Amino acid sequence: MLRREWPTLAIVAGGGLVAALAPSAAPFVLAGTVLALGAWLLVRHEDAPPRPAAGLPVSAGPDSAPRISARDLAAAVPYPLVIFEETSAIAYANDAAQEAFGPLQDGMSLLLKFRAPEMQELIGALTAGQVADGAVEYGERFPVESAYRVTGGAIGAGNRLFFLLFKDQSETRRIDRMRSDFIANASHELRTPLASISGFLETLRGPARNDPAARERFLSIMQEQTARMSRLIDDLLSLSRLEMRSHARPAGTVDLRQLLESVADTLAPLSGDLGVVVERDFPEDALLVQGDRDELFQVFANLLENACKYGQSGGRVVVSMSKAGEPPEACVTVRDFGPGIAEEHIPRLTERFYRINAESSRAQKGTGLGLAIVKHILTRHHGRLAIRSTVGEGAAFSVWLPLK
Amino acid sequence: MTAAPHIFRTFDEELASLAKRIAAMGGHAERMVDHAVASLVHADPDLARQVIADDLVLDEAQREIDDRAVIIIARRQPVAADLREVIGAIRIASDLERVGDLGKSVAKRVVAVRDFLPPVSLFRGLQTLSELALEQLKGVLDVYASREAVKIAALRERDGGIDAMYTSLFRELLTYMMEDPRNITPCTHLLFCAKNIERIGDHATNIAETVYYVITGDQMPLERQKDDRSHRVVMPAPAVPDGDRS
Repeated sequence: MLRREWPTLAIVAGGGLVAALAPSAAPFVLAGTVLALGAWLLVRHEDAPPRPAAGLPVSAGPDSAPRISARDLAAAVPYPLVIFEETSAIAYANDAAQEAFGPLQDGMSLLLKFRAPEMQELIGALTAGQVADGAVEYGERFPVESAYRVTGGAIGAGNRLFFLLFKDQSETRRIDRMRSDFIANASHELRTPLASISGFLETLRGPARNDPAARERFLSIMQEQTARMSRLIDDLLSLSRLEMRSHARPAGTVDLRQLLESVADTLAPLSGDLGVVVERDFPEDALLVQGDRDELFQVFANLLENACKYGQSGGRVVVSMSKAGEPPEACVTVRDFGPGIAEEHIPRLTERFYRINAESSRAQKGTGLGLAIVKHILTRHHGRLAIRSTVGEGAAFSVWLPLK
Repeated sequence: MTAAPHIFRTFDEELASLAKRIAAMGGHAERMVDHAVASLVHADPDLARQVIADDLVLDEAQREIDDRAVIIIARRQPVAADLREVIGAIRIASDLERVGDLGKSVAKRVVAVRDFLPPVSLFRGLQTLSELALEQLKGVLDVYASREAVKIAALRERDGGIDAMYTSLFRELLTYMMEDPRNITPCTHLLFCAKNIERIGDHATNIAETVYYVITGDQMPLERQKDDRSHRVVMPAPAVPDGDRS
């Protein structure tokens, strides 16, 4: 059914592209393109030679016009574009749509996939032959948060084919969210050190004015607190930056073995200071995963650093790596032999600023954001973090990543 | 819905439209839970009222799906995959209707906890819990659309995360109640909210099992154990001197 409509489709896809690039004028450009090029197509049709029986009009004209396949054109649209039939069955979904919304098989009902009430309304209106006015906001929260402005329309007249075009708004949305989150988090977490600094300042100007010993002690505490605040801001910024880009899966290739060697080497001074022996249990061959090297470095550096700090009493940390599961995935486990974590805390460790024990966290210069950062990076990599622990026997943090 | 079309095309259409109604219902349920938790966290009684009103949509949808399913059974006397499709629709609709009720129950409590200002971590915990439940719900409804039964096992596994999270919140709420008796009223409401969200996860698991049955014709193995340990929590244990892992 789709094939016969290819030329029209190509034009509309092109129109969609223009519309997507100039969102404010979208309805006009879209309608204009469809009308103008539809008319052109009609005229064209008359002087074009009869179509071959197989009906594969991939060429736009008999003469010098370039050969354009509608499918190629739809595939070239950098935004998710879905073409569907009157029954709401998907006729074609381009790569961007597959990437954004997971598997969209041809023939699958669009209504089953896009369940938000507004989307149901939009699709229903389109297939009922109404002209959709304006765009619909559509968002998904899993696996990563995303937001789109969706426009739709009929393809040609009487073709009984329709399209939905998704314009990605995630970034804008995320910047807004980041701003409000940042302020909420920062103000909450910076209040404590600020309050303590201002308290000490007051004492220094008042009762402790002429007490050099106290002054020295207070100043060093204040220095510690400002260092803590700046660490906190660094971590908050890096988390916010990560959250902003969290929608696209990084495309690079990373050799986990080599990456972990370098993480362990980088942290050797720290583990040495803490008196922790880092044992490496790596397989012979390379484990390749899709990802961003710097970000994955941060994941394993955070995990190893935690293991050394909080599992210090165990004296050793084992970093192991293997291929496991069905389908096989790369699994990296950082295991310590410290005091372990009580079960009620385990599900909440990746929450921002969740602390099991604020005192010891502060002593270890923790900001409460390390594992939140880990979780974010892994989500972006389609990976996950599993935590197992028995009190008194240490803890194991396992990272699962799909193989390249 | 099935591999080969039926001789009566209208039968195919009836089955397809049943599935679409389920999906629409699912969309409403997802939205309700999302808004219910948002109204709780942001203390927004207007949004809560809207959630409460939305529940009616789900109730009506469930009745309609039941009626349609009964009519299909009576008229077409479906067998095998078709029968599973129809029975599955009835079961999923009733689970989704319960999800809506639980969402409504959360929204109803917004007024009661409006003036309670718990530590940020508590609401963050509730949000994480609801995200886990919603992710589960979205996952099963996506499988219902894509028919990829292989993905169901992993989804069902994840329900364990919701239970563990709920147990953790249970402990945290007990701590606040013990700290100050004035916290007891709002914390009890929040406890019910957490419980409701945890139940939403259970309904998502039920739907996952139904979807698996509809697609494959086999029942899922009974391997999953309930891992909610809150019934064993008597009083909050002192924190292990361990430090935070962040």
